[in-house]
Amino acid sequence: MPEQTITLDVFRYRPDEDERSTIQSYDVPYYEHWVILDALNWIKDHVDGTLSFRWSCRMGVCGSCGMMINGDPKLTCAAFLKDYFPRAIRVEPLVNFPVERDLVIVMDDFMSKLTSVKPWLIRDDTRPMEEELLQSPSQLAAYKQFSMCINCLLCYAACPELDGDPDFLGPAAIALAHRYNLDSRDQGTAERQDILGAEEGVWGCALVGECTAVCPKNVDPAGAIQQAKVAVTKDWYKRLLLPWGKR
Amino acid sequence: MRKPLVQPYPKDWFLRTRAYRLFMLRELTSVCIAGYLVFMLWWLYQLGKGDTESFRSLLSIAKHPVSIGLHTIALIAAAWHSITWFNLTPLVMPMRIGEDRVPNVVIAIAMGYGPWLAVSGFILWATLR
Repeated sequence: MPEQTITLDVFRYRPDEDERSTIQSYDVPYYEHWVILDALNWIKDHVDGTLSFRWSCRMGVCGSCGMMINGDPKLTCAAFLKDYFPRAIRVEPLVNFPVERDLVIVMDDFMSKLTSVKPWLIRDDTRPMEEELLQSPSQLAAYKQFSMCINCLLCYAACPELDGDPDFLGPAAIALAHRYNLDSRDQGTAERQDILGAEEGVWGCALVGECTAVCPKNVDPAGAIQQAKVAVTKDWYKRLLLPWGKR
Repeated sequence: MRKPLVQPYPKDWFLRTRAYRLFMLRELTSVCIAGYLVFMLWWLYQLGKGDTESFRSLLSIAKHPVSIGLHTIALIAAAWHSITWFNLTPLVMPMRIGEDRVPNVVIAIAMGYGPWLAVSGFILWATLR
């Protein structure tokens, strides 16, 4: 155990015992190379096995360990203790989501929003293909950035729009819808457009821009939403002016 | 048994970070623009009366320090709003040449600052000539 310690003020909520949340403080050994997730795991292993939180890969790929750190949404596997030392660190579950227990949030609402935009390749002809669908480097570059999303939900916690309108589709779901609309192999734009173009779709966004600022994978959901606004608007005019033509 | 806890969203969210504060500032500029538009409508209404008396009183109100102050605030607000939107243009309309993205600054100048300067220059020329 090192000589120095750091305090973690951790949000606790045990649904079987508590009516409301409390803050519990833990003194944790301080190592320069430790991230907040290491400290949480140390607490679970050595102090309090009942502390619940999600994590998996410890390398910013799985998107499980997103939490509010001193009020900012962050992946705890990428937030180093040394950036906060010697002050105490407040660890809370992501906002804009109900809390299942301690630092674990309920993701059901996001999962249904995500599936509603059909984030997969849609083809007119659903029969198995004889040949693979080739894609040029520039066709890949058109959507690649938006395909890097790991569904960590930091963008949902950063979005104040979701507080006003909980039905707002939200940054990650729109970014992924846009990702498939931009994919040269996809033919499902028309199927996604009614959901994207709805009031709770792209128009729920007032471009605060924090979703892009907090994204650990540089997906730029704010950009995706604005580009999708342009796309659905063009589509609407096309339908209005060319009702007989192909969309 | 599941008993999910619904947390209230922080009511002071717009004060919490610099980015949120700047966003709110950008949104609030529209109040100044709306105020200016109300003034313009009233101005047109007075002009529409067509008599010298109304025109004289308009001019004296427009020259009043309070009016000049409010106009200056509206101008700064409009300029701030425009600049922030020009800077966001590359986000809304990214362009690619093959695999490469056209640099943001090029898009902001081509779609925003360039036309802005051209139109402002034309208005300046048309007014002063």
